[in-house]
Amino acid sequence: MHISRRALLGTVAAAGMSSRAGAQTPTIKFGVLTDMSGPYQNVAGPGATIAAQMAMAEFKAAGFNVEVVSADHQNKPDVGVAIVRQWFDRDGVDVILEVANSAVTLAVQGVAKEKNKVFLASGAASSDVTGAACNANTIHWVYDTFMLAKSTGGAMVKAGGDSWFFLTADYAFGHALERDVGNFVKDAGGKVMGAVRTPFPGTTDFSAFLLQAQASGAKVLGLANAGTDTINSIKQAREFGIKMRLAGLLVFLSDVHSLGLEICQGLALTESFYWDLNPATRAFSDRFIAKAPGKRPTMVQAGTYSSALHYLKVASAMGPAQAKLDGAATVARLKATPTDDECFGKGSIRIDGRKIHPSYLFEVKKPSETKGAWDYYKLIGTTPAEDAFRPLNAGNCPLVKV
Amino acid sequence: MFMIFGYSSALLFGQLLLGLINGAFYALLSLGLAIIFGMLNIVNFAHGALFMLGAFVAWALLEFLGIPYWWSLLIAPIVVGAFGIILEKVFIARLYKLDHLYGLLLTFGLALVIEGLARNQFGSSGMPFAIPPELQGGTDLGFMFMPNYRGWVVLASASVCLVVWLIIDKTSLGANLRAATENPALVQSFGINVPRMITLTYAAGVALAAFAGVLAAPIYSVNPGMGSSFIITVFAVVVIGGMGSIAGSILTGFGLGIVEGLTKVFYPQGSATVIFVVMVIVLLTRPAGLFGRGGH
Repeated sequence: MHISRRALLGTVAAAGMSSRAGAQTPTIKFGVLTDMSGPYQNVAGPGATIAAQMAMAEFKAAGFNVEVVSADHQNKPDVGVAIVRQWFDRDGVDVILEVANSAVTLAVQGVAKEKNKVFLASGAASSDVTGAACNANTIHWVYDTFMLAKSTGGAMVKAGGDSWFFLTADYAFGHALERDVGNFVKDAGGKVMGAVRTPFPGTTDFSAFLLQAQASGAKVLGLANAGTDTINSIKQAREFGIKMRLAGLLVFLSDVHSLGLEICQGLALTESFYWDLNPATRAFSDRFIAKAPGKRPTMVQAGTYSSALHYLKVASAMGPAQAKLDGAATVARLKATPTDDECFGKGSIRIDGRKIHPSYLFEVKKPSETKGAWDYYKLIGTTPAEDAFRPLNAGNCPLVKV
Repeated sequence: MFMIFGYSSALLFGQLLLGLINGAFYALLSLGLAIIFGMLNIVNFAHGALFMLGAFVAWALLEFLGIPYWWSLLIAPIVVGAFGIILEKVFIARLYKLDHLYGLLLTFGLALVIEGLARNQFGSSGMPFAIPPELQGGTDLGFMFMPNYRGWVVLASASVCLVVWLIIDKTSLGANLRAATENPALVQSFGINVPRMITLTYAAGVALAAFAGVLAAPIYSVNPGMGSSFIITVFAVVVIGGMGSIAGSILTGFGLGIVEGLTKVFYPQGSATVIFVVMVIVLLTRPAGLFGRGGH
């Protein structure tokens, strides 16, 4: 066989070029910063990483690589910031996902801006993320305190719960929640009969407060607390036969799962995603449970998937190399592109970084109504996307020109 | 119904009763602490973690083996007590000759490790644990709705406290124990195995914590942090009652539960602090505690 010198050189050159092209296949790297061992472990945690990997899997054949790394912020802002700096500076991470815990989120927001990267927050509750603290590198995806207060406070009054009494954790978070929800209750024509402030931390027995609430004669008991306080107050309200309707102001699907329906039945709560909401959410959740046996996704995990997916769509359209270049410019493209996915349906992202979609008021089913594991909610009210969140000009976000 | 200080008597009676119920937990937990401190001179900071373990053992027995609550009341203290024996033999026994501070640091570290492992294994949002079917529902007492289970808690806790006090104060076994704390060498020379007695005392104190944990499981959230929220208050109870005083810790436990209950009516925000206010006052006026022997 005769091989000409020219042909040989050509082959070598082509091989060299193709291998160089291979080395240049861009990689989009996600960093899932979450709570792997603390109070939000079940709300976000390992399930959030799985959700990000599910988005990654959908872009396997898109002509660029996607990687997902994850870490535990231990609910400490300094730990979170140190991890994120290392990710940006050394490990080539382009996008931070999730970050349950508002304090860590607010800290990470600053780093994302400083390094001009992208931060898609799903787990944080504070509406400050798109308010005074907003910046051009951050999008707040799933929910915030304003949305929860408006839906649970407003929609609940429409559903007949027009007189309220609050069980309020005695610190800034509880007071803010009580005030915000109270305002929506009054706006919707309901009235607030009173509140009892429970010491925080340090209260394990709420029965005394529950009896005071019962004595007020209000129809709805608003639980302006979180985590173990909420779980204990729900459990003890059931035990003491409190006849009021309970409204959890920060309760997640995973909390209901851990308490059980016997205890939680009748509890009203707000989420922006529920796995059994429609055929699309069910399809997503079936794929999720295949990856995380025995677990249905929470709204925070669904948000991690949805935000990663939206980023990959946009990055794919604008070219991954371009997307990696300038975080703020990429976030501007993310905002300009309408969102559409199985979990939240069609939606949009506002200039202040607020992702917009409907919020749903759910009631926890009775044990007799459930069809089996994780069949926990029935829908009792929907707030349309355009009304669900704080009006754009009311948040004091510097990105919004008034 | 008549009024007292502008509050309906129904509300006040209700809160008194609730205070008594919470006091039952304080009494059980501080009793275990008092026994351990009295006999071993160890400030057992791992008590809250062992209380939590008791609740988790009850949960695991029900979840994996289908063993109901009533058996857990017996089995969980035995399991956790056995674990206590290991802790005492492997770690705590090495510290008896050292300052209190070392025991405090060691047990505090053990508590962190136990809670951390539990959190790693079970997450932090807690496990469901229902009230046993026999005790569901409640009775209307006229001034309040009294859940049957809470009544059982007071009854069980008070009887266990009474039995423990009788054993320590009235039996020869108790007499040996008390003697061994005063002068271990002398008691040993009478042919009593003092190290073994001390190990078993620790196990018994720990078993009381586990018993309280099982009692608490249907009422409070069964989660890895459930003990740490109790333990600080319980230490205050022990200090007020007088470190190491058995009867003192029982009476103070119930008493402070009532004080706390009343605070929840008159000034709810202060209800987590009131016990510590009492502690400061007691320490200023009676440094050895209400029931402690002066100069102990």
